Amino acid sequence: MNTHATTRIVGAPVPRKEGVDKLVGRACYVDDMKREGMWYGATVRSTIPRGLIRSIAFDRRIEWSEFTVVTAADIPGENIIQLIVADQPCLADGKVNHCEEPILLLAHPDKHKLREALGGVKIEYDALPPVFTIEESEQQDQIVWGADNLLKSFLLEKGDVDSAWAGAGHIVEGEYRTGAQEHLYIENQGIIAEYSAEDGVTVWGSLQCPYYVFKALRGVFDLPDEKVRVIQTETGGAFGGKEDYPSILASHAALLAKKSGHPVKMVYDRMEDLAATTKRHPARVRHRTALDKDGKLLAIEIHLDTDGGAYATLSSTVLSRATLHSTGPYLCPNVRVRAQSWATNHVPYGAFRGFGAPQAVFAMERHMDEIAATLDMDPVELRRKNFLHDGDTNATEQLMREPIILDKLLDRALQASAYHAKCAQFARENELNPIKRGMGIAAFYHGSGFTGSGELYLNSLAGVDVTPESKVRVLVSNTEFGQGTNTILTQIASEALGIEYSDVTMAAPDTDMVPNSGPTVASRTSMVVGRLIERACLQLISRLREQAGLGATHTREEFLAACERYRVAHGEVSSMCRYEAPPDIYWDDQKYHGEAYGAYAWAIYVAQVAVDTVTYSAEVENFWAVQEVGRVLHPVLAAGQIEGGIAQGIGYALYEKVVLDGGRMTNNQMTNYIMPTAEDVPPIHVYFEEVPFRYGGFGAKGLGELPHDGPAPAILNAIRDATGVSFNSIPLLPEDLYAGLAASHPVEEPALP
Amino acid sequence: MNANEKADTNAHWPAIRFTVNGESRTVNVPPMKRLLDVLREDLHLTGTKEGCGEGECGSCSVRMNDELVNSCLVPVLQAEGAEIQTVEGLALEGELDPLQEAFLQNGGAQCGICTPGMLMAAAQLLAHRPHPSETEIREGLAGNLCRCTGFTRIVASVAAAARSTESNPAMEPELEQTHHAR
Repeated sequence: MNTHATTRIVGAPVPRKEGVDKLVGRACYVDDMKREGMWYGATVRSTIPRGLIRSIAFDRRIEWSEFTVVTAADIPGENIIQLIVADQPCLADGKVNHCEEPILLLAHPDKHKLREALGGVKIEYDALPPVFTIEESEQQDQIVWGADNLLKSFLLEKGDVDSAWAGAGHIVEGEYRTGAQEHLYIENQGIIAEYSAEDGVTVWGSLQCPYYVFKALRGVFDLPDEKVRVIQTETGGAFGGKEDYPSILASHAALLAKKSGHPVKMVYDRMEDLAATTKRHPARVRHRTALDKDGKLLAIEIHLDTDGGAYATLSSTVLSRATLHSTGPYLCPNVRVRAQSWATNHVPYGAFRGFGAPQAVFAMERHMDEIAATLDMDPVELRRKNFLHDGDTNATEQLMREPIILDKLLDRALQASAYHAKCAQFARENELNPIKRGMGIAAFYHGSGFTGSGELYLNSLAGVDVTPESKVRVLVSNTEFGQGTNTILTQIASEALGIEYSDVTMAAPDTDMVPNSGPTVASRTSMVVGRLIERACLQLISRLREQAGLGATHTREEFLAACERYRVAHGEVSSMCRYEAPPDIYWDDQKYHGEAYGAYAWAIYVAQVAVDTVTYSAEVENFWAVQEVGRVLHPVLAAGQIEGGIAQGIGYALYEKVVLDGGRMTNNQMTNYIMPTAEDVPPIHVYFEEVPFRYGGFGAKGLGELPHDGPAPAILNAIRDATGVSFNSIPLLPEDLYAGLAASHPVEEPALP
Repeated sequence: MNANEKADTNAHWPAIRFTVNGESRTVNVPPMKRLLDVLREDLHLTGTKEGCGEGECGSCSVRMNDELVNSCLVPVLQAEGAEIQTVEGLALEGELDPLQEAFLQNGGAQCGICTPGMLMAAAQLLAHRPHPSETEIREGLAGNLCRCTGFTRIVASVAAAARSTESNPAMEPELEQTHHAR
């Protein structure tokens, strides 16, 4: 176990592996690529939320013989995008279930002509009544999916909730809502596809999960594995938005490539990307909580419902993570969580950093402050009183075997932010000041890796090899899209092999070259894949010692010489490892009981917010983030992940509203979908406490998603502290603040400065 | 991968002449073609990126006659006679310039797609404010969106680059200096 050993490269701020390419403009994103004879593709989409396609007509003024036109009838395999549930067609066939659903594809050598032609396809529909809200869907007057509109449900139970209410000192109820959120990666979705009879389908694209796209293409084209190849190009941000959607776009581009006989590039413009691709699931979360007279949790009952959109996509797994994070890092003997994801006629919602946890954590942590207010307790002490400790069990009755240092994190956060002093100062100043300031806190954990038995099903394979040119390569299908995969995996390999960081490179993210080490999602790369690479490297060292005369200690030259001796004797030098679950893991997928995650990252976030009661704007003035994420593999990259996640969380809380009208996004431009700028993001103070995790790569746990969970509740708790008014819904825009503050002080005019 | 593209040049379009990264260039393209597309398609300078196509995200920022412009909003006819600098013009001799070096050391680039525009905005800022305050840096970069970093490390990178130039007169971030002819 290397987790406590001194390291040379792991933990050091080495330069980002592909950093120079990105800084000189040489990094090659999909829209920077061209293929010989390449055409461009475009998509004709549904303009209505639900209905039957009556007719498709083509404007005679357009010379259609110059175009390639693809419909569902051109699909050689199954007209389904393979993911979890086989319900989403690659192209609509006869009926549509959401606006922007793809119906027909066009390709042409000239992208300007393509744009004109899009307007020349006239589709007539027989409209059916749509469903747009969780409430409409659960009423089941219109059935838009399956037998009952229910995409997925979970029931999690611990103890006996029903018996807990009678003896409770306090019962507190609340309803919390979160809106959709757009990923807003700055690089839009894009794919280039080629097709030939000999090689089958090849795609290059901006994507997170090459083997997800691989699986989808295999189904759409009915091709064997050896005739499908997926290559990730440099990817300009993803955040979950390029987990599942690229399977659709890759299938479309490849269908056009096959029919046209040309390579085809499809790159969405911003408006199409915003309107047609996935977003974070909107949620409604209802809490009912029993506490004893001192504020100890006795029972938590939660009804958590999400809008899943028109097809199942990843709604079941998002709901699963929401369920498992809904009760927070607290000890409670009696828990019931009933979680349901409902179909509507919205564009399908999908993966987004945090994957259900931000919705659940927003509700729980906002609710904790409502409980504190009801009990007239300090919200900090209410949390401290109920924290999980080593040896406790959480809501799934997972035994907390690893050390929990929540109290230490909390103390550090309070001290760094001068929390109590500021609370007192603001309480004094607010009375006479039209700008009301407040402090808010959130405590939360985030499970690393796939849920429950998920990592076993993934059965990831990863490793390293050494080329005849003495290049050591990391072989994984995990991708770089800004978060630092290339850097941390090559750090781990060079550390474990006892060579230099510059000796190790990443093999191309190409399904012809790298094994399936699972998707790049769920904060699993450092912990799960990092551990596979560490094991594969240690295995290679021990082989070289046994079979190629490598000494007990070695220099990089001795290592490379031993590799050459091994190559002469055995052919190639490579070492692969397959995922093995830590011992004593038990998980019941039916009862949602047992070890939900291999490890948890823990955090306390504090927000300082100013609410201007003249303009009704809320501004985050300062932010403190204290977390325990296992071993920090790279201090600069790790802090960068935390800061970026917090900025997205600030957007989620205060700026980013997806405006839907009749099932269409009406603010699908950067002009009116507003994310925080450099002037809106406050100073962010990031602190790590390190508790190495035995089964993570060099002690790492996951950290990528964690920082999106905490900001929204911390900010809205700070707004309550500042104004005395509870806001239970995000995004909280100035008009919402105005409505809430006006309702709470109906006769008062806002104070003038 | 960038195979010999047939340049979108056509003798019947009037010639438009300008300087890019110190080199004189002439293109025969529709005068309303976006400068962004001329840079990427005709001059194969794909370092400049498109993020939104409407001047909101700043990914396509280039420096033109000592002004920071969104090249997606500039018809190429407006570039006649202009001096233009793109990201490719920062490391002309193959060495990272201090701004790029500061981004590398301080984690200023994550996914990299906003980076070229961000570098141009930062270069423009430092050309006029060699030692900006944090507030001035945030103002100077407010037209460039980054979804990865939360801006913290970009602001730190620009501040570090400003500090590094104090003792390094070779990097005087003036447009004239970076536009030397090769």
